[in-house]
Amino acid sequence: MNRIKSLFERKHSNILNVYFTAGYPNLEDTFEIALGLEGCGVDIIELGMPYSDPLADGPTIQESGSRALKNGMTLDILFTQIEKLREQSELPLILMGYFNQVMQYGDKKFFERCKAVGVDGLILPDLPLHVFERDYHQLFKELELTISFLITPQTPDSRIRKIDSLTTGFIYVVSSYAITGAKKGIQPYQIDYFKRINAMELSNPKLIGFGISDHKTFTIACEYAEGAIIGSAFIKALGGLGSLPERINAFISNIKMKEEINS
Amino acid sequence: MIHPATNSAYQVDDLGFYGEFGGSYIPEMLYHNVEYLRKNYLNIIYEDQFQKEFKDLLKNYVGRPTPLYFAKRLSSHFGTNIWLKREDLNHTGAHKVNNTIGQILLAQRLGKKRIIAETGAGQHGVATATVCALKGIECIVYMGSVDIERQAPNVSRMKMLGAKVIPAESGSKTLKDATNEAIRDWINNPEDTHYIIGSVVGPHPYPDMVARFQSVISEEMKWQLKEQIGSENPDAIIACVGGGSNAAGAYYHYLDNENVRLVAVEAAGLGIHSGESAATSVLGTKGIIHGSRTLLMQTEDGQIIEPYSLSAGLDYPGIGPLHSHLIQTGRAEAISITDDEAMDAVFLCSRKEGIIPALETAHAIAALEKMIYKDSDHIVINLSGRGDKDLGTFIKYIADHEQD
Ligand SMILES: Cc1ncc(COP(=O)(O)O)c(C=O)c1O
Repeated sequence: MNRIKSLFERKHSNILNVYFTAGYPNLEDTFEIALGLEGCGVDIIELGMPYSDPLADGPTIQESGSRALKNGMTLDILFTQIEKLREQSELPLILMGYFNQVMQYGDKKFFERCKAVGVDGLILPDLPLHVFERDYHQLFKELELTISFLITPQTPDSRIRKIDSLTTGFIYVVSSYAITGAKKGIQPYQIDYFKRINAMELSNPKLIGFGISDHKTFTIACEYAEGAIIGSAFIKALGGLGSLPERINAFISNIKMKEEINS
Repeated sequence: MIHPATNSAYQVDDLGFYGEFGGSYIPEMLYHNVEYLRKNYLNIIYEDQFQKEFKDLLKNYVGRPTPLYFAKRLSSHFGTNIWLKREDLNHTGAHKVNNTIGQILLAQRLGKKRIIAETGAGQHGVATATVCALKGIECIVYMGSVDIERQAPNVSRMKMLGAKVIPAESGSKTLKDATNEAIRDWINNPEDTHYIIGSVVGPHPYPDMVARFQSVISEEMKWQLKEQIGSENPDAIIACVGGGSNAAGAYYHYLDNENVRLVAVEAAGLGIHSGESAATSVLGTKGIIHGSRTLLMQTEDGQIIEPYSLSAGLDYPGIGPLHSHLIQTGRAEAISITDDEAMDAVFLCSRKEGIIPALETAHAIAALEKMIYKDSDHIVINLSGRGDKDLGTFIKYIADHEQD
């Protein structure tokens, strides 16, 4: 069974999804970071495929992507790294990137390769809903890959319903009007929006992302959804001091508050 | 009012495609605004009051119609009949203002209080800052830091006009990156902000909307040619293509008239295969840039390649989806011109006609050197802009070449 689906069957709250850019800070760090996160009890790993022009991302993720590309990261290297990771880890794993990367690799070939190396799901923010429905919906079913679409405070209810009907895995609830990396805290209008989404009783679980950066914001997000996604804040932490495992451990302990880690 | 040319093979379809190019590949955060535009742009821009105000501003503020001038000395130099469509004589010095006038009227009707724009050569930035001043609306222009340096006069003009110029420091620090930053700004400010894209690029409906605003160029060409040569149709129309807005405007009313050759001139930079080029139709493959499926320069892994041209307005790794379609179907022919060839054309036009063209425009003039034509032909060159903004580049070029 798809690892993301089985996770959501087992666990319904406080799900922590951590994003990091593959190949950052160093080309071969992907493996160690993923295992480090798993060791800290992270539930889902979202691996960013570094891209030259990441429209939905802020400076932190963008810079980590440029660095990863300078380090020589390519999709083939990334797939090989994931294959190796799968020898040791059964953690649910999502690839996040931009549709141009998929198209240039060859769309069918890309998704089949995802399946073959053990990727569970995809997030492609600039893949239009109708293109997915027309060209890939069936293929994703056959390959048992999940797809998570984004919703924002401006997404109308009718479109949220449509997104819910095409999404598998979880819905990515973008917390505010923002690119990634914004850190304004959580405002009252966002809470209203989270409540509005909850009241819709969607068929998919929800993870809240964008602007989730610390214990406080993670906790609030978990009140209104099955869990949350942390990206830029973790990437900043990866650039900090200490060994990689120390940096990862310190960051995740802080998010979860230490006592939770080995429970 | 009827929307012109809706049954053409070269018009956009309902999903925003020209053949296989175009569409709207955007993150959900932009969906609301872009979808609203898609549903409403035609109704808004063909509404009587809108058209009235648009035409009035083009006439009395921009100074349209722009002349169609028979360039006698260039004609005898090239041995054919050359007509210059003088977009350089528009207020602010380029065709860009045709679009910004249209979009500021649109933004007002959308109730937006803040305008953002990207700019390469600074002409679109100046044209946007100008219409924002005209309407008293806040204006923020993103510009690559490389371009801020090479187009300094336009940066000063934007500031004079009250706009805030924000340097884009990512990637190649040119037009592509300025566009990325503008899109990010729009994601962060979706409610009060309208994004005035400066060319026929971006997600649907932008390419079509910008082409319609620029189509006034070929609308005028038709009656001006009729008046001067007795026929609406030239044998060829030549325009430079960065994103392709001046070309789209100059071609627009001739798209379905296959007897009129359409020539799209791209920047080859230091040479098409030098690694320092922006000749997208030759070097590009199908992909997605700034929300549109089109030809673009990219690596095998789908990373967008940083282009190069001495001319900031052509230094873009893609072309608008209409142009990808025109070139792919053979409706338009593409010609690439190097920095040096364009510089020669700057001097040629200056000294034969007393018109200093923009460096972008000079690429279109230089294309005559590479085209086959008859001496009886009537060829229109869209003179997209004037060269004042490039004086620094020209002076440096003269100095460097005097040393050789
Ligand atoms: C004078 C002039 N011509 C041409 C261009 C290229 O743009 P487009 O291809 O959209 O006409 C620019 C862009 O800045 C310009 O300033």
